[in-house]
Amino acid sequence: MSDLMKVSSNPHVRSKVTTSSIMMMVVIALLPAAGFGIYNFGIDALILIVVTVASTVLTEFAYEKLMKKKVTIGDYSAVVTGLLLALNLPSSAPWWIGALGGIFAILVVKMLFGGLGQNFMNPALAARCFLLISFTSIMTNFECDTYTGATPLAALKSGEPVDILSMVIGRTSGTIGETSMIAIVLGACFLILLGVIDLRIPGSYIASFVIFACLFGGHGFDPAYISAQLAGGGLMLGAFFMATDYVTRPITKNGQYVYGILLGILTGIFRIFGPSSEGVSYAIIIGNLLVPLIEKITLPTAFGMKGGKRA
Amino acid sequence: MDNSNSMERLYNGLVKENPTFVLMLGMCPTLAVTTSAMNGLGMGLTTMVVLALSNMIISLLRNIIPDKVRIPAFIVVIASFVTMVELLLEGFIPALYDALGLYIPLIVVNCIILGRAEAYASKNPVIPSLFDGIGMGLGFSFALTCIGAVRELIGAGEIFGLHIMPDSYVPCAIFIMAPGAFFVLAALTAVQNKIRINGERKGKDMSKIQSGCSEDCMNCNEKGCSHRFYGEGKESGQK
Repeated sequence: MSDLMKVSSNPHVRSKVTTSSIMMMVVIALLPAAGFGIYNFGIDALILIVVTVASTVLTEFAYEKLMKKKVTIGDYSAVVTGLLLALNLPSSAPWWIGALGGIFAILVVKMLFGGLGQNFMNPALAARCFLLISFTSIMTNFECDTYTGATPLAALKSGEPVDILSMVIGRTSGTIGETSMIAIVLGACFLILLGVIDLRIPGSYIASFVIFACLFGGHGFDPAYISAQLAGGGLMLGAFFMATDYVTRPITKNGQYVYGILLGILTGIFRIFGPSSEGVSYAIIIGNLLVPLIEKITLPTAFGMKGGKRA
Repeated sequence: MDNSNSMERLYNGLVKENPTFVLMLGMCPTLAVTTSAMNGLGMGLTTMVVLALSNMIISLLRNIIPDKVRIPAFIVVIASFVTMVELLLEGFIPALYDALGLYIPLIVVNCIILGRAEAYASKNPVIPSLFDGIGMGLGFSFALTCIGAVRELIGAGEIFGLHIMPDSYVPCAIFIMAPGAFFVLAALTAVQNKIRINGERKGKDMSKIQSGCSEDCMNCNEKGCSHRFYGEGKESGQK
């Protein structure tokens, strides 16, 4: 399309915000979680993060070179995908898991559907689910040098006691980036203060999950149980960084509330009634699939229109 | 009809109008049973037998079957052959019978068979119809075996049960589950399209829509010509 075709009517908003600046901010916001993951799990985590990010960026570069398209790795979206995917891997995973996941995320989920803005699912989460289904034993092996036991969520599900303080700080086993609630919330506050994300989706997601867990968790309103559910697993990472992905969330305001509530309910169902102790990834990608429908039913009425008819 | 026409029918079914990669027919068995190369081949050959025999019988009966009830009549013929094949499989190859399970009786509603009966056998002589069935069946078997082989190779490290990949290879289990069928079918169709487009660039005639009527339009008085059938989609009898 020529540039002439893109001209719209005034007023024109000028802004310094670009895709790459937003993506850069997301990368910065993820650094505390990534840093804590490296501190918590050691050099393995660092290697896995580097390999995964390199894999996503190189895949995007190679695909666009091969297809003779404009190379878009400068917008950092591939870096965000790679980093998010790496934070969702257990530190004990071999390096090729990260590489394969990165290739799948970019090539199949993002590029084949038309690149950034066209993907119907969050690439990092789709890749994580791909890996989880394909290599279940590797992806659920959270044993490493520091920790040998089950993840806090698995322990919670089987009724064992959990230490909530260490879950909030993050000194537990789990995937690289999900363990520390503090580090994630720190990054999320940074994004919220800069206006990159808002609280509509994370707020409605977490609130509806808490209500669901109170109603169906089997513990009633037990603060210890609820806070362990909140601090454990990928809920915080998912709610603040993956459910809020610009491409795969609804664009209507009401739709975002609907989407958040839906994610909360789905996560609750997967965690409480499902065979696995974790369900954030599946909840978010199922939510992604329903986004077109949510947008359709929550389309705001245009000014001057009432009840679908001209006033 | 001469022999070259029979060969043309085989080529048409295998390459030009490959039921899976070109016509995109019979997706249900294609996606469901291709968990291994052996299952794919078994399903393909079973379908081929039914397809060739039902094409032959329907072609023989083409002047007797009234136009208005042709679909039920075709189904009766096809279902008879499927029942025979099912009983034979159960008796002689029980392993394959167990692996294919429900998908054997479902061959009755396989749209390739009904599609070929409607588009070709019901308006062409016996010998070309037989070869049309064999050609289409071979094309279907070839496609299913390819999909099954790729899925088995990636998902289990084997082809036809033979261990091929090195021991250090970790099977990517998603490929022998449902999503893998979609990945592999899409990838193989893309490869097939690429080959066809390259062939067309080199000037070879590989256009896919010109069959069913033996290219003899002068002597053809069929109103529902398959050229129209596929070309314009006026008759959407197959899904």
